[in-house]
Amino acid sequence: MWAMIVKEFRQVRRDRRTLAMMIVMPVLLLVVLGYAASFDVKTISVAVSGPQAQLLAHRLPSPFEVKTIAPGQSASWARNELRDGKAEMAVVTGSSRPQVLIDGSQLFSAKAALAALAGLAQRGTPLPVTPKVTVLYNPGLKTSVIMIPGLCGVVLVFVGTIITSLGVVRERQSGTLEQLAVMPLKPRDVFLGKIVPYFLVAAVDLAIVLTVGIAVFGVPFRGNLAVFGLGALLFLFVTLGIGVLISSVSQNQGQAIQLAVMTLLPQVLLSGLIFPLASIAAGVRWIAYFLPLTYFNEISRGVMLRAEPISALWQPFIFLALLGAIVVTGATLRFRGYLAPAAHERGPHRPSVEPSPAQA
Amino acid sequence: MTETARADAGQVAWGATAVCVRYGRTVALADVSLSVPAGQVTAVVGGDGAGKSTLLRCLAGALAPDSGEITRPPKERTGYLPASSGIYPDLTVSENLDFRAQGYGMSRRVAMDRAAEYLDRAGLTQATDRLAGQLSGGMRQKLAVIAAMLHQPELIVLDEPTTGVDPVSRSGLWWLIASAAAEGCAVVLATTYLDEAERCASVLALDAGRALAAGTAEEIVAAMPGSLHAVARRPDGDAAAKAWRRAGRWRVWDPDRTADGDGDGDGRIQPDLADAVTVAALAREILAGQVHGGTS
Repeated sequence: MWAMIVKEFRQVRRDRRTLAMMIVMPVLLLVVLGYAASFDVKTISVAVSGPQAQLLAHRLPSPFEVKTIAPGQSASWARNELRDGKAEMAVVTGSSRPQVLIDGSQLFSAKAALAALAGLAQRGTPLPVTPKVTVLYNPGLKTSVIMIPGLCGVVLVFVGTIITSLGVVRERQSGTLEQLAVMPLKPRDVFLGKIVPYFLVAAVDLAIVLTVGIAVFGVPFRGNLAVFGLGALLFLFVTLGIGVLISSVSQNQGQAIQLAVMTLLPQVLLSGLIFPLASIAAGVRWIAYFLPLTYFNEISRGVMLRAEPISALWQPFIFLALLGAIVVTGATLRFRGYLAPAAHERGPHRPSVEPSPAQA
Repeated sequence: MTETARADAGQVAWGATAVCVRYGRTVALADVSLSVPAGQVTAVVGGDGAGKSTLLRCLAGALAPDSGEITRPPKERTGYLPASSGIYPDLTVSENLDFRAQGYGMSRRVAMDRAAEYLDRAGLTQATDRLAGQLSGGMRQKLAVIAAMLHQPELIVLDEPTTGVDPVSRSGLWWLIASAAAEGCAVVLATTYLDEAERCASVLALDAGRALAAGTAEEIVAAMPGSLHAVARRPDGDAAAKAWRRAGRWRVWDPDRTADGDGDGDGRIQPDLADAVTVAALAREILAGQVHGGTS
């Protein structure tokens, strides 16, 4: 047994990356996730419309934070504010009984808003009469309704990043990548040929998850399928690129899995899928803005639950496209290096491939 | 390859000229040249770490040298068998060949006809639907050689195609290799088996990244300095450094006596390629020892 223990320690010591992950990562993850793990909603963004909007806005106490006051606007404007994700709650004044609209797709904010409204009703301020409260998009405040759109993204991350990283590194490990390098294939063709099958598999997975979510869990799909598809396409673009990047820095499938999980875990925990983004401590919240799932969550929830139009989703689309451009460019460059390792490492020296051979 | 090119095949050669390759501080190849004529099989021999694979990777286009020149056909007309075989273990024999044919832009019909012919010659027809990972070592190597020559390249580069292969499969592999050369292809292969190298039209022996000997097997043997003796026991003294065991006896190289006969009562023997290459390596060691002030 002693021989086995010594052998294992020697192997682990040589695998620096695994060793670093075993020692550093638990501490890092605990700190990051410790700050991220919070369901507490400290503020609820509010839009107020109608003739008494100004008056009411100044009387709404914490945790409500009035973002927009529009005395000239009506209930439809308020609904659009919620639909476009500009506010989590809207108050429409003007009638004898104010109308409160709550965005049910923001589950924890909605629950916090209902609790805060109940407290206000007990104290009788600032609303003299009990408002009519309507929860939009997820009236039953069901967790599955907000989780399924996000889980679509997790499925895409799983297939896009983990499976792709394995596929490419397997080619490297088995020595077939060198064979590809000498074949008359363009690096771009090899890159695309490598990721297109995973792309299609991921698309099928996405369709299955969506169908099951809608049919079994009753998740609504209220928006435009094309907008959702475009978001999924961009998101897949990023995740597949991350998969190829991971494979390009991994020596074997074990390392690729480790790195892929490292990218999956923060995406699941920091992207707003489980914990509301606003509840995550500012010290670690910035990480969320570098994670593609953060933006896909916004798109999928926005389109599926609130029928958010693409004009309101331009920000996540732009950020996803930017991330995609950076990651895929990096992945293509790394892949090019893979297929022409000598040229990549040594610079301009290239074998002469003139059709006229030298004389013996 | 066009028919015209094939007709000219006997006069042309691909190859390397004064090639140097470094991996960090390690010199993998130092000023190595090699000519690979069309219609012939050229062997690169040497021990582990001699630089055989590095030279072949340069010839195949998988590695660019730090200096020197490589002359080879375009990728479309080069075939390569890397040391790792380059075969996908989770594809069947026919799927592997299909992928290779498509990669080289072959028409499906031509590829299928040619694959069927090669598989038949190699005795692999019954294995077309088997996963490559489930083939025996010899069968897998034969498949890898077929894959490298399927598109009928002008230059075939084979990195140790017969290493670890049983004698029967080796014979089958050599049949494939010789067929390619007979059809006008320039074939260069790395091998650790000097009996195989003796079959080749020309041989380059490498040692620690440097050319040790080059030419036909006969030329290398003829150029061996001194004479060779076979004795029953390992000699003592200085001669021990010039002795090695082979076929149950000790070969002793005497650099100061010329080989002026076929052998006589003092055990003098006619060297073969293996002996000549070993002597060349010993001579280099002795010379290096003298340069650094030592005695051999």
